[in-house]
Amino acid sequence: MESMLHITTLHYLVLGAALFLLGVIGVLTRRNVVIVLMSIELILNAVNLNLIAFSRMWGGLHGQVFAIFVITDAAAEAAVGLGILIAFFRNKETVNIDEVNLLKW
Amino acid sequence: MNAFVQYIESYLTSNVTPGAAGNMFWASIYILIVFTGVSVGVICMNWLERKVLAHMQVRLGPMRVGPHGLLQPFADALKLLLKEDIIPARADSVIFWSAPFIVDLAAFTVFVVVPFGPQHAITDMNIGILFMLGVSSLSVLGIVMAGWASNSHYPLIGALRSSAQMVSYEVAMGFAVVSAILMTSLNATGTGTLSMIGIVEAQKAQAEWFIFKFFPLGLIAFFIFTVAMVAETNRAPFDLAEAESELTAGFHTEYSGFRWSLFFLAEYGAMMAVSSIAVTLWLGGWLRPFPNWLSGSTWDSIFSYFPGATFLFLATLCFYETARMPKHPYFRIQTIGLAVFGALLALIGLLLFVPAVSVRIQDIFWFTAKVAGFMYLYIWYRGTFPRYRFDQLMRMGWKVLLPIGLGTLILTAGVALIQQNLWRP
Amino acid sequence: MAPIATPFFFYLLAAIMLIGGILVIMCRNAVHSALALIVTLLAQSAIYLMLYAPFVAGVQIILYAGGIMVLFLFVIMLVNIDRALKERQFNSQWWVGIIAATTLGGLFIAVYTKGKSIFPERIASVAEADNTQRVASLLYGQYMFAFEIASLLLLVAIIGAVVMAKKRI
Repeated sequence: MESMLHITTLHYLVLGAALFLLGVIGVLTRRNVVIVLMSIELILNAVNLNLIAFSRMWGGLHGQVFAIFVITDAAAEAAVGLGILIAFFRNKETVNIDEVNLLKW
Repeated sequence: MNAFVQYIESYLTSNVTPGAAGNMFWASIYILIVFTGVSVGVICMNWLERKVLAHMQVRLGPMRVGPHGLLQPFADALKLLLKEDIIPARADSVIFWSAPFIVDLAAFTVFVVVPFGPQHAITDMNIGILFMLGVSSLSVLGIVMAGWASNSHYPLIGALRSSAQMVSYEVAMGFAVVSAILMTSLNATGTGTLSMIGIVEAQKAQAEWFIFKFFPLGLIAFFIFTVAMVAETNRAPFDLAEAESELTAGFHTEYSGFRWSLFFLAEYGAMMAVSSIAVTLWLGGWLRPFPNWLSGSTWDSIFSYFPGATFLFLATLCFYETARMPKHPYFRIQTIGLAVFGALLALIGLLLFVPAVSVRIQDIFWFTAKVAGFMYLYIWYRGTFPRYRFDQLMRMGWKVLLPIGLGTLILTAGVALIQQNLWRP
Repeated sequence: MAPIATPFFFYLLAAIMLIGGILVIMCRNAVHSALALIVTLLAQSAIYLMLYAPFVAGVQIILYAGGIMVLFLFVIMLVNIDRALKERQFNSQWWVGIIAATTLGGLFIAVYTKGKSIFPERIASVAEADNTQRVASLLYGQYMFAFEIASLLLLVAIIGAVVMAKKRI
């Protein structure tokens, strides 16, 4: 009980791990491309949470800077991913990722 | 009990915001005051907009409910509250239900960091301006939710337009804001600040409102922000999201009664919020005009008469209109009402002449007066500009405002660099 | 402004985040998923505030909740989801995915229980007042090169997105 009430870095790491797992499950099991992309965002956020927690643990700000880079990457990834999704939807009229089964259109 | 009184009193002697003092009691009092103030502001704007627009179009506007339609907002509110609250049958009811609350929450939460005075803010965050921009950008989510959940074509198109527009103009807005924040770093230490109070303090320390800083760079940034903020709040001439000639009412077509009034409240709240960002960043926040040029106790006392004088002027206008009321017995109640309203304004004005009151109030007065100027501009735009077409709007945002904003930012940074290095060799 | 790092807020926000995360991967409707993700992101930015990272919290709100998620909602509305609602939501290898995720979870549990001792109990004291300034000096000092690369990455992403989404170039 004592360890429950005293929030340490480990608590944040466990939360991050749980989010990461949720994201992994989403990526591996969902068919809808949009939800797969959102699960990837969940994974990136879990990583960010860990980075910030470690930054808090050591007192340096490098983790926060890295988290900002991760957010930038997430923005780039979302833009390109959604662009691909729109192109895909225009060709196949579907948003299911397991119907992406042609190597060349 | 004694400790509680002491807890309440301890804040009064301190010179910081309730949030900084960590005083929960005064923080909640400030929250209540700000919330009430914004709501009263929305009510006033409702009446003013109809009246001013009407006079711009050579009409009279609301005249029936109360003298000169002064009670019209209350009649409107009563009507909206009594209306049936309709949720369309095929709508996504949970999202439909929660959308107006999200828009309202976003519009009102930003007032947490708005600095009405050096100690008249609920709290002062060191990411203040970032917080304001971020939270006010959340309102687009509510709009998109409302448009999508209505399960109807006009709201969906309105929501799509609105989200595209708000995301595009946020970029230009961001560049304008960054160039103003850059100016806060022009001091001995060379570090700027994102805190709203810190930004105004920086303008005071540099003896210059940022709108005049590096003329015309500050002015250009200010101009970009004022255009972008009109687009951000979906107001005319950028009100494509609710263009009534094209989309009936845009994203809130399916809303009625109380929920619609929440959207109304959020729209005007957001207008005040972005206006207060503009006032804080470029127009010196709570500073009175010419704080450094016309300094000294004489000018201080002269400017401290302004709040009271303004209210007395409004009271005089009321009395003048009372005298001009038709002398028919039908108008007796209206005439008395207007006279009482004028007397109320005069009383407030006289109260503001008491030095103890005016010292505490005048920061708030100057801030509110500047914001009120912006609110008038909003009405003015609506009365004079034709609505933009969507492609024109996008071209304006991406091909005009964004490059100018980027150029202004780079030039500001360059000039600031030169100035800093000349100061400190 | 001292964030209240009480257990109560941590568990509240953690619960919100986990429920939001579960809803993201369980919802049938992509719009509901997106809204759940927004709630998760907002709760996460509150957790950043608890961890004395106000600047990252602000960036999280402004970029994730205000930018990326609006993009998601925009695209969800562009692509027709009525058909997707009536279809099977999970792919045929879902059990493989679950097994893989469970294994990963087991790995996490093993690592965290074994390695509990390497995390210091004491938490370093962080000055919060000048957080933004210190992050900025790191970004534009030590990480200047990475910062420029990130801007290049964003440029590539913009061009890529336009090329992908445009009908004819």
